[in-house]
Amino acid sequence: MIEFHSVTKRFPDGTVAVDGFSLVLPSRKTTVLVGTSGSGKTTLLRMINRMVDPTSGSIEIDGADIGTLEPVKLRRGIGYVMQNSGLLPHRKVIDNVATVPMLSGIPKKRARTEALQLLDTVGLDRSLANRYPSQLSGGQQQRVGVARGLAVNPNILLMDEPFGAVDPIVRAELQQELLRLQRELGKTVVFVTHDIDEAFLLGDQVVILRTGGLIAQVGSPAEILANPADDFVATFVGADRGKRVLHLESHSDGDVLVDADGRLAGVLAGGTSPSAAAGAKAAPEEKAAPEVKAGPFAGSGAPAQGGDPR
Amino acid sequence: MTWIWSNLDLIWDRTLDHVVLSVPPIILSFLLAVPLGWLAYRFRVGRGIILSGVGLLYAVPSLPLFIVLPFIVGTTVRSPLNLIIALTLYGVALMVRVVADGLASVDRNVRQSAMAVGFSEWTQFWRVEFPLAGPVLLAGLRVVAVSTVSLATVGAVIGAQSLGSLFTDGFQRGIQAEIIAGIIATVVLALALDGALVLLGRLLMPWTRSAPSAARAPMRSDKEAVA
Repeated sequence: MIEFHSVTKRFPDGTVAVDGFSLVLPSRKTTVLVGTSGSGKTTLLRMINRMVDPTSGSIEIDGADIGTLEPVKLRRGIGYVMQNSGLLPHRKVIDNVATVPMLSGIPKKRARTEALQLLDTVGLDRSLANRYPSQLSGGQQQRVGVARGLAVNPNILLMDEPFGAVDPIVRAELQQELLRLQRELGKTVVFVTHDIDEAFLLGDQVVILRTGGLIAQVGSPAEILANPADDFVATFVGADRGKRVLHLESHSDGDVLVDADGRLAGVLAGGTSPSAAAGAKAAPEEKAAPEVKAGPFAGSGAPAQGGDPR
Repeated sequence: MTWIWSNLDLIWDRTLDHVVLSVPPIILSFLLAVPLGWLAYRFRVGRGIILSGVGLLYAVPSLPLFIVLPFIVGTTVRSPLNLIIALTLYGVALMVRVVADGLASVDRNVRQSAMAVGFSEWTQFWRVEFPLAGPVLLAGLRVVAVSTVSLATVGAVIGAQSLGSLFTDGFQRGIQAEIIAGIIATVVLALALDGALVLLGRLLMPWTRSAPSAARAPMRSDKEAVA
């Protein structure tokens, strides 16, 4: 469990990135911090492994104030995955994954064996182990990044917009991979993104942030979507624009789901049977029952999610 | 040309002398420039002082330096050590800025991720920043190597035997072939050292050879990922 107690961060230039932030991040769940740039989400993430120290307030991991812990040691116990993978370009894939365990004193041979197993875990072929990061595709690099984050077998995994720089199809793949991994491994994941659809897909708990690290709303995706706390949240999640209100339209090619803007959002699971068409009347209820994770109306029209015909 | 054929031994000896005079300064200047360059890179205040300091060093004319050095370091006027020290100073002058720039050229993203996964400052320098600055350092070292080989010929003026001795001797005795031999041998030596450095770079920095090719290699879970 990670707890923020009225944490404030004021940078030397006077910018207040985070102001009086308090939150509990439950263990073995995924908490997504979502907000636009300037919302302090990355700063919050980096405070958890002391890459940034708060100006005031405290952060506790399982009851221990991390301000009293040695930063390097703390970081070695926490997985970290960032945008553009952050892999060391001069080390082979296998060494990138094995580096941190070796820094912590695990013998090279064992670290490398475990690194190979981790490549399996994140769905990478072992034949890539001896390549350099620049020889991999963006999606493969991110997978290596995840493997590296898992290498120390941490309880906590920090992910800073890890899928922000890959194309939508690969992003959807990686998101599903992360959901699968999370089902298997049950880490305490803290995930930062500016993409609300990604947040709703991945998060057990979603934290919507305003500029300056102020919490606009905390809750499960369903809670937030069903009851946006205010206009800011409603705008942010797209509820005000009807982005979340889907209805069925019949075309000669078949039935499709369309949002209030007229944008194609997806198709009904199970094809275009008459009973599915009957669901058209019930479409406005979608807003009230947005089980985004598993529901047939997966997503909001982003090609990365709902529109995937596979 | 006949002079060259009948004096191959002499040319070879002077070449060896030249190697002995020029290789230590190349190595020493690199070793000295790394910590100085790191200071200049790491501390904003140090940067101005160190970089302008070494810049001035390079502006000192070589002949006066040869004359003053023995008094400062306590060597004899004709000791080859003077030349080695002077050449080292010039090498440092060139190299410190290169080290500072090379370290600064390392991708911020990579540095931050190294920090994030738990590299200490010391390990991060040696395992991340220093090797990644490698290509820039190598480029600087190549300049230092060639310039040192060329500058070392001046040693002949203060009596340190080198390929420069072929210039002075040939000039005094009016043997044109000897001067030309000196020039050619100096250039060949410079090219040889340069080539050796390039080769060393390839051995030590294998990742620079792997051209970025986003090959779509086998990824087993492409299908099951979406399933």
